[in-house]
Amino acid sequence: MRRAWAMVILLAASLPSAASAAEPIVVGGKIFTESYVLGEIAAQTIESATHVPVNRKLGMGNTGILFEALKSGAIDVYPDYTGTLAEALLKRPDLKSLEDIRQALSALDLTTSGSLGFNDTYALAVKEGFAQKHNLRSIGDLIPMESDIRAAFSYEFMDRKDGYPGLAGNYHLSFDPQKVSRMEHTLSYQAIEQNAVDLIDVYSTDAKIKKLHLRLLDDDHDYFPVYQAVWVARKSFVEKHPREWQALLGLEGRIGEKAMLDMNAQADIQRIGFAQIASRFLGAQSPESEGWMKEVMRRTKEHLWLVGVSLLFSVLVGIPLGVMAVRFHATGQAILLSSALIQTVPSLALLCFLIPVFGVGTKPALAALCLYSLLPVVLNTFTGIRAVNPIHVENARAFGLNRRQILFRVVLPLASPTLLAGIKTATIVSIGTATLAALVGAGGYGAPIVSGLSLNDLPTILMGAIPAALMALVAHGLFEVLGMVLIPAGLRRRP
Amino acid sequence: MLELQGIYKTFEDRAVLSDVNLIVSKGATHALIGSSGSGKTTLLRITLGLIPFEKGYVRIDGQALLSLTQVEWADRIGYVPQDGGLFPHITGRNNVALVAKLRGWRKSRIEDRVEELRKVVDLEAEVLARFPREMSGGQKQRVAIMRAAMMDPAVMLLDEPMAALDPLIRSSLQQELKSIFGRLGKTVLLVTHDLGEAVFLAEQMTMLHEGRVVQTGTYRDLLLRPANPFVTQFINAQRTLPDAVDLQ
Repeated sequence: MRRAWAMVILLAASLPSAASAAEPIVVGGKIFTESYVLGEIAAQTIESATHVPVNRKLGMGNTGILFEALKSGAIDVYPDYTGTLAEALLKRPDLKSLEDIRQALSALDLTTSGSLGFNDTYALAVKEGFAQKHNLRSIGDLIPMESDIRAAFSYEFMDRKDGYPGLAGNYHLSFDPQKVSRMEHTLSYQAIEQNAVDLIDVYSTDAKIKKLHLRLLDDDHDYFPVYQAVWVARKSFVEKHPREWQALLGLEGRIGEKAMLDMNAQADIQRIGFAQIASRFLGAQSPESEGWMKEVMRRTKEHLWLVGVSLLFSVLVGIPLGVMAVRFHATGQAILLSSALIQTVPSLALLCFLIPVFGVGTKPALAALCLYSLLPVVLNTFTGIRAVNPIHVENARAFGLNRRQILFRVVLPLASPTLLAGIKTATIVSIGTATLAALVGAGGYGAPIVSGLSLNDLPTILMGAIPAALMALVAHGLFEVLGMVLIPAGLRRRP
Repeated sequence: MLELQGIYKTFEDRAVLSDVNLIVSKGATHALIGSSGSGKTTLLRITLGLIPFEKGYVRIDGQALLSLTQVEWADRIGYVPQDGGLFPHITGRNNVALVAKLRGWRKSRIEDRVEELRKVVDLEAEVLARFPREMSGGQKQRVAIMRAAMMDPAVMLLDEPMAALDPLIRSSLQQELKSIFGRLGKTVLLVTHDLGEAVFLAEQMTMLHEGRVVQTGTYRDLLLRPANPFVTQFINAQRTLPDAVDLQ
């Protein structure tokens, strides 16, 4: 199966590894429950077979990006599904057998295990009550009411040839386009629960199918391809770590459909941690869970690092750029325009563009944050300086101040309230945007938010969202204080 | 001594100043008068070394403007902008001391000089700790004069020193300014459109009209022997001129 959050991107791992012996093995995973569970199972299996440390990069973006990460060496192994490999990655929907797929992957220096033992394919689901009311059993039964159906499909399902477009052609279905919305997969469950839509796409081992009393419509035409779960790995990993790979191969055929559905339910419904579910399945000792305080502390450190570095960059680069924009008119317009253009690129898309340049992990996240925090600083520096009365500059020249002295003694102090406001905006924006860094495996408060979102688990989401909000509040207060120190007293508002 | 000789300045092919000559002898106070558009602001900026000019010389005590850097020139000419032109973000004291600090003066030397000038302009010490927005117009003007005199320039240049002041304050400050000039003993060039101010503060005046000097002399010369009808017209237009000015 594939479940990729189409809206989400990226992957994990810090950097392409030239891999020395001490270098950790990086296990990746996509951003939905089953992939978290399988990723954790892989990580623990390797850990029990070796002393090489394992780096978990679970909960990363969609299929394409994860695949890129694997090819570039940012991750060593991750769980995926045969249908996804053939359709979304190899663009070869004709490849049906695992053997054919493995052969095609071989050309990319990749390989796969055999099936882990279950098939997690696409399915269409409606609420049990809705099915009874309209007497729905199979996908074909939708045709008589096709213009009334309100559907929510995941981005990936909408875009894949073996998803909605192919399905509609195969069954001669034509829903009213006005009533078909694209939605993040986790949210579509909420939408159907609240009767906002009638029909959604699901994965056949989703725990929520049971929880929400959904009925899967039979695929009479056998349209949906087979999605056998497998490990996908780099060949170099297999060669360098034969023992670890053998341990992973030991899981072939060991995870049945029921076992997988149970584990998904443990995560989604009973709210058991992924690590514990995996260790329970492997019959090992449950690893000690981190404790929420400790996790919040760790996430805070990661988040502060992301915000701090990007802010430092935006100040060190943004202020000089703003000054340049004032001094050289044409260059200035170009600088302002390009930093404004960056701002219009959606954060996820920007992260995606940065992967080929910076790889995965903290680097692309920092690069994206730096670019985003640039505009408020550049723009406010520019505006602040332009608002300085030119009389003061001319007087300063008449008093014999040189260019540098005029800039630092007169212009920047006079522009400082506006400048500081820009840095403040950049900080707050960057605290918010840094939550997306989790999608490239950079951690931060986004990690619990992303994993909580995929579990539809509010407490976990809040574990990231509340500290992020608090950090923004603290930053706000800090800048009030900073304003009292940095803005020259003669310019401050009178008490 | 301040000398401006044969100054020509064009702006976009339009002559702004043509053959302007103006000499202020050492220790004298001279007024440059003219209405707006006469070219007096351009001449002021040229004198400060802020804009280039096509022809002519500007000299202070024989030293030509063009032979010096902007920084060297600035130390020879103390400038008091309109309304004082104090930097709003720093205190009066820091306004006065700014340039000396940048030139690396020792702290004690700066303190001594500020104290000396404070006495010359007769300002309460407490005012120097204030920011410009907390000062009265007269206080700002005094602080601005201190700043201009800080580096002990040979020439002081004042731009419309009284323009922004209330008439009552103006008349008392005019008196004050005259004695400050006396105590400083500097060569002073005063740029103004206000003939009354020029008459009160300066012995000699130069009237500028459409970029040319129309007449140089005392008020008496201008009144009794006008070089052309414009001079008379300009004098008659000064309604604020007090009737009590006694020429005898």
